[in-house]
Amino acid sequence: MKWLSDDRLNHLRTLVSEPDFSSTKYTFLKELGRGGMGAVYLAEDRELNRLVAIKVLNTPDITDDLRRRMIREAQIIAGLEHPGIVPVHDVGTLPDGRIFYAMKYVRGSRLDEYATQSASVNDRLRKFQAVCDAVAFAHAHGVIHRDLKPQNIMIGSFGEVLVLDWGVAKVVDERGSIRVSPRSSASNQTMDGTVIGTRDYMSPEQARGDVEQIDERSDVYSLGAVLRFLLTDKPTKTAKAICSKAMAHAPESRYASASELSADIARLLDSEPVSAYRENAFEKVSRWVAKNRFLVLLILAYLLMRIILIFTSRP
Amino acid sequence: MSKPLIGVVLGAVLGAIDGLTAFFTPAVRDQLAGIVFGSTIKGIIAGIAIGFFAKKFHSLPIGILFGVIIGAFLAFLVALMQGGYYLQIILPGTIVGLIVGFATQKYGTSAATANS
Repeated sequence: MKWLSDDRLNHLRTLVSEPDFSSTKYTFLKELGRGGMGAVYLAEDRELNRLVAIKVLNTPDITDDLRRRMIREAQIIAGLEHPGIVPVHDVGTLPDGRIFYAMKYVRGSRLDEYATQSASVNDRLRKFQAVCDAVAFAHAHGVIHRDLKPQNIMIGSFGEVLVLDWGVAKVVDERGSIRVSPRSSASNQTMDGTVIGTRDYMSPEQARGDVEQIDERSDVYSLGAVLRFLLTDKPTKTAKAICSKAMAHAPESRYASASELSADIARLLDSEPVSAYRENAFEKVSRWVAKNRFLVLLILAYLLMRIILIFTSRP
Repeated sequence: MSKPLIGVVLGAVLGAIDGLTAFFTPAVRDQLAGIVFGSTIKGIIAGIAIGFFAKKFHSLPIGILFGVIIGAFLAFLVALMQGGYYLQIILPGTIVGLIVGFATQKYGTSAATANS
């Protein structure tokens, strides 16, 4: 018997795990990452001669009905045209039955990597605000992300912010009821209450698998968790209050929308009072002084000069 | 609040404070009311001029420079009428102009911004 070397074995494993793109216009290049629900690959679009990121979902035993619904959902998500949402270029099925999405290949770093670099708190808050705006746009179009976390947010090479991985997104119809979600519907996960998302960033109702309770406030909870992650070093009382409000256990105690959260972040950046925190008089004055430091210094200099003049001009 | 209004309010407040400090100069204490009134009017005139300038020109250094010039010029006229106390009148007047120049550039809405 001839034994295979570890290198050869690993090579064979890689070949087996590679998706079969032979029936598509894409050429496999390499694996970019892997998660519980699927893997992302770098591929080349031969027709348009560009690089794309392809997400292949782990749903080989999909029925025709579910496939149609998933593709319909993918079309809705592809319709989210916003600078903060990674565009979906294509959707299709591999020969083994798995669904794939072809998305824009974003060069840059993930938000968690970006945060470990020397980004200032204000810079992190500005990026976070851009995330809130993108999510608010999706909510306005009836799409709930459901898996917001730093690993699903990219900071591009020009500082642009892109929210990725809309694969578990939920589409809510005009009546506010859930239609289906691409990945979850394939395995009936939300239908029977199985948990979807990432534990540390998941709202309580999502963690319970309470599909009827999941709405845009579930994303607000996840955004709060992302904010908490970004502000790990000495967050201010105000920033902590924003996190707490966004991550309130009861959905009705949270910000009603991602736009409201974004507005509070804007106020925090502008040293304005935020809705999540009631300041006392001393804090109000401190904030005003901090915001208008130069003017306060000028007035103090003026008063000091006045006092000096009073004493020096006395007979 | 519009830039000219900020200029007027700040100019009036600082002008009044400026005038009230005459209380600490015994030689002119009996003329305090007139000094406060004159100083407030001077502050308002400076505030209007600096505020309208800020509405037209959006530049912090130029706004501050204009404030300093207007403040110093008006204070010089007052000192000339008083026939003395040049340092005690011109120095605070100049700083008031500087503060109003800074504040009108930094705060308040110009007409174009308010309409947009």
